[in-house]
Amino acid sequence: MRSLAGDSVSRRDFVVVLAAAGGGLLLGCRVDGLKHAASITTRLASAGTPAFEPNAFVRVGADNVVTVVLPQAEMGQGILTALAMMVAEELEVGLDLVRVEHAPADDRVYANPHLGFQATGGSTSVRAFYEPMRHAGAAARSLLVTAAAQSWGVDPASCRAEKGSVIHSGTRRTVTYGAVAERAAKLPMPDKVALKNPKDFSLIGMPAKRLDTPSKVNGTALYGIDVRVPGMKIATVAASPVLGGTVVALDVKKAMAIKGVHQVINLGEVIAVVADHMWAAKQGLAALAIRWNDGPNGTTSTTDVVKELEAASREQPVVARNEGDASQPARLIEAIYQAPFLAHAAMEPLSCTVHVRQDSCEVWAGSQVQGRARATAAQVTGLPLEKVVFHNYLLGGGFGRRLEHDYVTQAVRVAKQVEAPVKVVWTREEDVQHDVYRPYYFDRIAAGLDAHGNLVSWSHRIVGISILARWAPPAFKNGLDGDAVDGSAQLLYDIPSIRVEYVRHEEPVIRTGWWRGVGVTHNNYVVESFIDEIATASRQDPVAFRRGMLGKSPRARAVLDLAAEKAGWGKPLPPGHGRGVALMYSGWDTYVAQVAEVEVTGTGDIGVRRVVCAVDCGTIINPDTVTAQVEGGIVFGISGALWGEITLKNGRVEQSNFHDYRVLRMNETPAIEVHLVRNLEAPGGMGEPATAAIAPALANAVFAATGKRIRQLPLQKALAQG
Amino acid sequence: MRLMINGKIHRVDVPDDMPLLWVLRDVLGLTGTKFGCGIAACGACTVHLDGRPIRSCATPVSTVARKQITTIEAVGETSSGRKIQDAWIALDVPQCGYCQSGQIMSATALLAGNPHPSDADIDAAMSGNICRCGTYGRIRAAIKQAAGPAVAVAKGASP
Repeated sequence: MRSLAGDSVSRRDFVVVLAAAGGGLLLGCRVDGLKHAASITTRLASAGTPAFEPNAFVRVGADNVVTVVLPQAEMGQGILTALAMMVAEELEVGLDLVRVEHAPADDRVYANPHLGFQATGGSTSVRAFYEPMRHAGAAARSLLVTAAAQSWGVDPASCRAEKGSVIHSGTRRTVTYGAVAERAAKLPMPDKVALKNPKDFSLIGMPAKRLDTPSKVNGTALYGIDVRVPGMKIATVAASPVLGGTVVALDVKKAMAIKGVHQVINLGEVIAVVADHMWAAKQGLAALAIRWNDGPNGTTSTTDVVKELEAASREQPVVARNEGDASQPARLIEAIYQAPFLAHAAMEPLSCTVHVRQDSCEVWAGSQVQGRARATAAQVTGLPLEKVVFHNYLLGGGFGRRLEHDYVTQAVRVAKQVEAPVKVVWTREEDVQHDVYRPYYFDRIAAGLDAHGNLVSWSHRIVGISILARWAPPAFKNGLDGDAVDGSAQLLYDIPSIRVEYVRHEEPVIRTGWWRGVGVTHNNYVVESFIDEIATASRQDPVAFRRGMLGKSPRARAVLDLAAEKAGWGKPLPPGHGRGVALMYSGWDTYVAQVAEVEVTGTGDIGVRRVVCAVDCGTIINPDTVTAQVEGGIVFGISGALWGEITLKNGRVEQSNFHDYRVLRMNETPAIEVHLVRNLEAPGGMGEPATAAIAPALANAVFAATGKRIRQLPLQKALAQG
Repeated sequence: MRLMINGKIHRVDVPDDMPLLWVLRDVLGLTGTKFGCGIAACGACTVHLDGRPIRSCATPVSTVARKQITTIEAVGETSSGRKIQDAWIALDVPQCGYCQSGQIMSATALLAGNPHPSDADIDAAMSGNICRCGTYGRIRAAIKQAAGPAVAVAKGASP
């Protein structure tokens, strides 16, 4: 697996970090973090010193409660439970004994081994922490068993661990972990700890109830926006509607006259109104009647962006993959595909609470990059990093938006001017219009067929902004953005000649970033739509055509077969209905096949009726969570594929809220069937794959229903335009 | 202004036009009710007014002064609310969970007025609540589970 950053933590380094944090020694930042870290449902302040803390990920209290420290952000994907299951499996405790707590922000101790720093993205959590979390649990178990054996004066090898207790096999004596925790804390770390054989797993691979569900049905779950600090003010913000614009004039007097408004803060390109509550802040902001100088981007529209991308598509590309020699084909098929800017529109609008004091700073927010959020607070305040405490919370959706820390930086800038803690809350309009959007992509793709209609050459040129070059510069090498070509460069079809290219084109008028699948969401749409085009051109069945090129990829062929069989591929459908298939494989190392069935009404409305998805993601931690990620990923992807589009006019984002940035609702949601392939291959990512595969499945289904090939998303708009 | 929330009287000094949402969240600290859109387009802020679901982000507080307000924090004290919450837990409905307070309030009101809702009834009652994690299928299944097995009979029998 590639690592995104130059200072990545290898697996070996990670063990060293674990060892450094163990042996009864606590790292300074860890102690500091512990005092403040909130458990997922309750504050930990009263918990006192834990009896046994062998490493940074697990503690055992004298009360026999096991606390798992969650290095990653829980944003709905279920890793809170999955990572706890990994620890609990090796520690030999049931989930009923486990409590989960947010880790403090620390880019070293809590680095994501796949990304090199503390970050939750790229569908990496399970893959990256599968070994570290099990090792953390196994090390704790080993010490607890040794401690119990010593207390009995017996050989540790004659003892075993079970459900939070140590049992001596010979005498059947039993002692709880809690009772030997203090003794275990005094033992040296074992040199080597064996992990369980997967065939002995009792938790991993079994459906488990999510640990966060109870708090999410009664209003007690705490998200960043729910933070309440004594004496706290509430602020809301308006950034320049055009990127690069600045404030020219504003009516402060009028805003200050509103009851509850305390302060107007002008940051140049952003205005904040600080008040007693959000209502006063919002009214204050409206009363300001801000006039902006739009700056250099004030005349740019989407069509200008597309023109530039089209021009860039003729520039010299960087080659991502080049195999075989493209001989002169009997027939050449060429196409241009385009995918628009997309907003995240997570349900929880962005929010960050900050208290800047003379010599310290405290930040409360939901973030996918806790370490970066903490670092930006240190930078803005000029305080040393150790004087900044960052508290992470549950995320009301991330989808990549909270992999950025712009809203944290902004909130700290505001808080520097406020003599109290301040919670900055973005309105939905601010959220939609100042997002960090999925980039617009412009692709040229071509295929060569021989005289028999066989696919003999393939060429895909991807043109777009590089997110990696900005977000993780060390990962952007020789002009190639590995994410931008993800899902295309790994093309599994057995084609004699394959070429994948990338042209980087930056666009200063709009900010772009990660969006649930980014590179793959667009590449899979292009690749799998175009494969369908070729199947049609060579008069072959779309499933059979794909299948014939998967002889070297049995796992891909298996999910394709499974999805086709379960969907009833080939069975007749009513008029106006159509089925489409798509296969997805990428750097996530997960295989997905989907069959979507759509109905196109007489008035041209696309309705999605049914989606069947087959998944092989290797080792599964919690099968119910994998199923949920597929269900949810498909719904998220349908919204994007059918309607999702952010457009610019005069430098301004034209959409602003759910009335004009349409997302799927209950009455529009299809029946979704998920079929999991079970094996013990290495775990693959599951947060994003289902989202990536649905766009081409839908586009191909629309083609089957209407005969219209849509090469520019969103589908509904393209179909209406004819 | 006196407000009756979850069976308790609260006195608040706020502007008449202030939406109930911000009174709940910012003044009274009842943060279980969520802010999603501010224009009654997403349902995250749904609470009950005399048992009926309303969008608190677009409801001026002065219009609810003499009515019974129920929020997610207390909905489990009603029979329908308890059943809905239990079904939500049984089927592990939430993902990020942010919209679920509103979903549960809408579902509870549906079930209280219609013990055995059809799919069309569920669509009608729930389509104002957006979930970006895409838990709609589980929400539908959980409402049916909370309603119990008499769906087909009740559907045919309802006038």
